[in-house]
Amino acid sequence: MAATATAPGAPTSRLGKAATELDDRLIVAGPVRRTLNKVFPDHWSFLLGEIALYCFIILLLSGTYLTFFFDATMIEVQYDGQYDPLRGTEMSGAYASALDLSFDVRGGLFMRQLHHWAALLFVASIVVHLLRIFFTGAFRRPRESNWLIGVVMLVLSLLMGVTGYSLPDDLLSGTGLRIISAILLSIPVIGTWAHFAIFNGDYVGEQIIGRFYIAHVLIFPAILLALIAVHLLILVKQKHTQFPGPGRTEHNVVGNRLFPTFAGKATGLMLVVFGVCTALAGLVQINPVWLWGPYNPAQVSAASQPDWYIGFLDGSTRIFPAWDINLPGDYTIPALFWPTVVVAGTMFTVLALYPMIERKVTKDTASHHLLQRPRDVPVRTSLGMMGLTFYFWLMVAGGNDVIADKFDISLNAMTWIGRIGVIVLPPIVYTITYRICLGLQQHDREVLEHGIETGVIRRLPHGEFIEVHQPLGPVDEHGHGQLAYGGAPVPKRMNHVGGARRAIRGFFSPIEQPSAVELEQRGEGRGLAAGEASRELTTSGRPSDGGRPSDGGRPQDARD
Amino acid sequence: MTTHDTRPGSAGGADTPGPLHGGPDEDYTPEQLAAMSREELDILGARYDGVEILHVDPGPEPGSRMEKRAVRQVGWTFAAAGISAFLFLVVYVGSGWFLPEWAWAREGTTWSALFTPLLGLFMGLAFALAGIGLVLYTKKLLPHETAVQDKHDGSHFDRVTTGATLVGGLHNSGLARRKLLTRSLGFMGAGVGLMLLAPLGGLIKNPNKGNPLGRTSWAEGVRLVRDDGTPIRPGDQQPGSLETVFPAVPGGNRQSDAATMLIRLRPEQVNADRPREGQADFGYNDYVAYSKICTHAGCPVSLYEQETSRILCPCHQSQFDVTQGAKPVFGPATRSLPQLPLDVDDEGYFVARSDYIEAVGPTYWNRERI
Repeated sequence: MAATATAPGAPTSRLGKAATELDDRLIVAGPVRRTLNKVFPDHWSFLLGEIALYCFIILLLSGTYLTFFFDATMIEVQYDGQYDPLRGTEMSGAYASALDLSFDVRGGLFMRQLHHWAALLFVASIVVHLLRIFFTGAFRRPRESNWLIGVVMLVLSLLMGVTGYSLPDDLLSGTGLRIISAILLSIPVIGTWAHFAIFNGDYVGEQIIGRFYIAHVLIFPAILLALIAVHLLILVKQKHTQFPGPGRTEHNVVGNRLFPTFAGKATGLMLVVFGVCTALAGLVQINPVWLWGPYNPAQVSAASQPDWYIGFLDGSTRIFPAWDINLPGDYTIPALFWPTVVVAGTMFTVLALYPMIERKVTKDTASHHLLQRPRDVPVRTSLGMMGLTFYFWLMVAGGNDVIADKFDISLNAMTWIGRIGVIVLPPIVYTITYRICLGLQQHDREVLEHGIETGVIRRLPHGEFIEVHQPLGPVDEHGHGQLAYGGAPVPKRMNHVGGARRAIRGFFSPIEQPSAVELEQRGEGRGLAAGEASRELTTSGRPSDGGRPSDGGRPQDARD
Repeated sequence: MTTHDTRPGSAGGADTPGPLHGGPDEDYTPEQLAAMSREELDILGARYDGVEILHVDPGPEPGSRMEKRAVRQVGWTFAAAGISAFLFLVVYVGSGWFLPEWAWAREGTTWSALFTPLLGLFMGLAFALAGIGLVLYTKKLLPHETAVQDKHDGSHFDRVTTGATLVGGLHNSGLARRKLLTRSLGFMGAGVGLMLLAPLGGLIKNPNKGNPLGRTSWAEGVRLVRDDGTPIRPGDQQPGSLETVFPAVPGGNRQSDAATMLIRLRPEQVNADRPREGQADFGYNDYVAYSKICTHAGCPVSLYEQETSRILCPCHQSQFDVTQGAKPVFGPATRSLPQLPLDVDDEGYFVARSDYIEAVGPTYWNRERI
């Protein structure tokens, strides 16, 4: 079906002709138009997942660069690079090449720090993205599969972090590796077998850096890449969720089309993420491996800390009591097993299964495309806050030695604070969150029924003082609002409903005429300027008022 | 109704397209399309994709003061991004050429200290400004439109027809009837699956062969040496001090499970010393030696507070009391640090009387049995 040159509407420009040639071969015009026309909801919280994606791009690029110089070998060498204090020291080839790429490669240190910072932000943005999905109920049917994929990707990114952290083979990463080895050994029955399979023998052997390396640069990234592709394909197929609001239903998406608005904003965000990561990489030092020295099983430094996302496991390990379980037949379940394998395993299993658990408990099996405000689902919100408290408390416990040192508290007291807090705090937070949710819900209903508090006190003829309320919509004979709560934010201040004039544009000097803005506002029916054009009588909205007239919307000029 | 709608499969049963749905090529002749403006074609295409443009807030009026100002802002932001990128290039390429050497030096030149921060600063600025410029562009110069796209549920028609094709194919294969085939297929699948997994067996190593977990290089008569290989006499250490020692074997100071703490107790510690049962003679006069590998997670226990006789592991804060046979007194560790039996050889240097009598390092499932 070649386009005839004489057909009306045939392209005349060079670009148009080239596009026609392309479409003749690939038949892409239809899919491209569908893609360009795809509508994306316009809310900042939808960009959190994108931050993770852009961090991943940085990680792929900077990581590939690092592989040009990194040598994952545990063969001992004598360092003779640029960094003088360690010259002549015996160290593994991995550590020597990590030093070389920091000191002998132009811009190599910048790249290594970029990789580390992007990794920290990658996990952080995944976690924040997950929290947004959780607290707004975006994981509900039909999006359970994407939730599951997301949790798997979070676990993979933690594994990426752990394997990457171990690669430079400095003193800090070696200590981490030693703990990983102990955790593997602690698994009942198969622990020693698993350890020998992964380390190819007793700790530390000569294989582990090479094996972690291939897992870190090939196996995990390949799985992660495939899962990201599936995650995004499902997202496109199912379309975005959106917050409730005017015109938004379960059967549509309101927002911007991909081209050009959304593409512009997303690309802008990507560049800003690149900018933040690269600026951090250059300006803020991270993991200066040359200061830690080569790994030595007989040495360790005080205040050894893992990267932040493993901190919770370090904390749980620190505060877990010394409870070995001795079984008949001289078998032991080591205490280390519980705060590491069991705590992490349980947390991620519960997280992964949460949509199914909630579906089972609430018996809500319907498809949902409109999001919920956290206050409207107090149990879920409180559970989430409880989980977060547990997590953050473990993270705090992971730094208990630093806190004890800086604030001059007994280390043992810090351990006990960690132990007691992790049990006591989550239920307290649950209760408080639950009450806050109910309070916010109540206030929403209150405003819908009685109107916005204007802060204006009026004295009635018989001496009673009342606060003037601005109803949000039509009222019944008792002055009660008739709007139902629709799951969308309720305006709580006069400015939210246009009580103030629009600010005149211009930062240092006005760039538009104040009078023109005034006129425009009257025309648009916005704010007080509009109110002056058409006065109408409404009630104060107070139930006891019984439909008494008041001057809603224009509290400053007393009517009588 | 268009010809499109009458074709089965084009619309799908319950999921009837909205009235906005346009038509395919049959509905719009090239002449009709040629007569439409670009805006109309855009809206037509969008409708065909289930998208309706509700509202367009046009960008600033061309030639207006606001437009000029926005163009200036965006333009300067992009220009600044470009300048930053070139500055990055200048620092990266120019260091060691017309700028001072970037490489680290012991005395620390100013430029080598600035090199990496400057790279980050300029690349960060370049990217961030480019991004900010783009966001300003979309916010200040592009029209703001609000669009609505229909969200379709699954189509009943699609389900029924796809199901028919699938079930039809399965039916034609006759697998439900031909039991021999299903069984042999299952058998084959299991075999091939196991065959593919089998090479992973190369990873498996028996941890119980030769007791690698329960043994170290320590043995009868092996000298205790410092990190630099020098042997130790009983008089070398001050009371109350600790020294990390290694077995005098090749590479002993790099072995992960051999590191040992040689501690000389103070007189009052000697008086208070209550060794573990059966290990009363493991020390040598006022000397005791304990494994440095924590019994919790294997970190080296390094911090010795001699007033309280406690050894602290910096990883998870387990504390061991050296006057009670290195028993754990606080924290997550459950077992005492293993004690090395000490002696002195003919030349007066410390030696081990034997290997540790139990496995050093973290606990594992069958530790007690080895």
